Amino acid sequence: MLRVFYSVLARDILLALRRRTDVLTTLFFFIIVISLFPLGVGSEREQLQALGPGVVWVAALLASMLALERLFAADYDDGTLEQLLLTGQPLALLVLAKVLAHWLLTGLPLVLIAPLVAMQYHLEATAVWVMMAALAVGTPVLSLIGAIGAALTLGLRGGGILLSLLILPLYVPVLVYGAGAVTVSAIEIADTEPYFHLLGAFLLGALVLAPLAAAAALRISLE
Amino acid sequence: MLDVTDLACRRGDRQLFRSLSFQVPAQTLLHVRGRNGSGKTTLLRALCGLLRPDAGRIRWKGKSIGELAEDYNRDLLYFGHLNGIKADLTGLENLRIARTLDQDPVGDDAILDALARIGLEGFEDLPTRMLSQGQKKRVALTRLILSKAPLWILDEPFTALDVDAVDLLQQLIAEQVADGGSVVLTTHQEVPLTQGAIQRLTLDEADD
Repeated sequence: MLRVFYSVLARDILLALRRRTDVLTTLFFFIIVISLFPLGVGSEREQLQALGPGVVWVAALLASMLALERLFAADYDDGTLEQLLLTGQPLALLVLAKVLAHWLLTGLPLVLIAPLVAMQYHLEATAVWVMMAALAVGTPVLSLIGAIGAALTLGLRGGGILLSLLILPLYVPVLVYGAGAVTVSAIEIADTEPYFHLLGAFLLGALVLAPLAAAAALRISLE
Repeated sequence: MLDVTDLACRRGDRQLFRSLSFQVPAQTLLHVRGRNGSGKTTLLRALCGLLRPDAGRIRWKGKSIGELAEDYNRDLLYFGHLNGIKADLTGLENLRIARTLDQDPVGDDAILDALARIGLEGFEDLPTRMLSQGQKKRVALTRLILSKAPLWILDEPFTALDVDAVDLLQQLIAEQVADGGSVVLTTHQEVPLTQGAIQRLTLDEADD
């Protein structure tokens, strides 16, 4: 079973490496959206410090949204998704492998580049660390929840827009606690721990439930 | 043995077929015929479990396929209109993954032999998007050579193939039947068998 999981994971990563533009567009989208705000609102230090966490998180949501459409679409178009449904393996496991590959390719780069782009917002070193940690816990949740939406809107015309309408509201808790953790870290007496507990809880919940829901949605979409 | 009782499917408002009952025992080829739009593909997708029929039961070895779920998939090889191969991967990589997903990983040698048999020697290291339509189909059909599944469900497998490939595919189907397997296929071509039985099913119920 692990072998099959690993094989799907390796396949998706190999495919992405053969077609690097898909990965790079998400990353550049993230960088550009974040860089636009300081240009628009001016360079006042306090204002930017207040805006920073929220902007980075919103950009991360949008970037992950952008990449989601392709999660199942390519496999759907060439018929490999059909074959994945017909393997003698639990579909949820294969979905989890695909989501993990998707996060490694689109979520992890955002986590790693975040400190660089956050420099534009004059964030303190501790705030940057907290932001990276929050993104590291939060972005997998985005990929997992997004997979359900991507599976539901598969093969629909205008599925991209519908996908964002379905999924963005579900991202709200991650946004609130993710950005909240960074904001709170700037206050000396405050503790970021509860925020991470909640984000961790979201992650565990999504890890268990999202692959099952996405697998069920895929079966419906392929009917 | 595949056992179908009282199967009915509709697409939108159209009743494609109803009270369809048949059996496909081992060593049998079921040739599904019918004009375009008569529901051949729908029937085949229902037999695979990709599509839930409106009524009726499909059983494999005496158990309903919904109950068997993954165990049924393990016994099944489906070949649809889409080739199910990745354009950015080479033929070898595609087949390696297909074998791993079927939990029957084979060595690269076996895959290369199979590719050579289907006439793709020298093309195994090219991304399949560089291949012609017929060659892509051949890569996909190589799954049949490597498969050990007792039930094959093939939807129009002969399209886009040249004469040699058609011969080879007929031979593969005949081998599968002779080895005790079952094959369900739609095609406008005749498939000669040396061993085993051919059943014919024609879907042409009038719309109502």
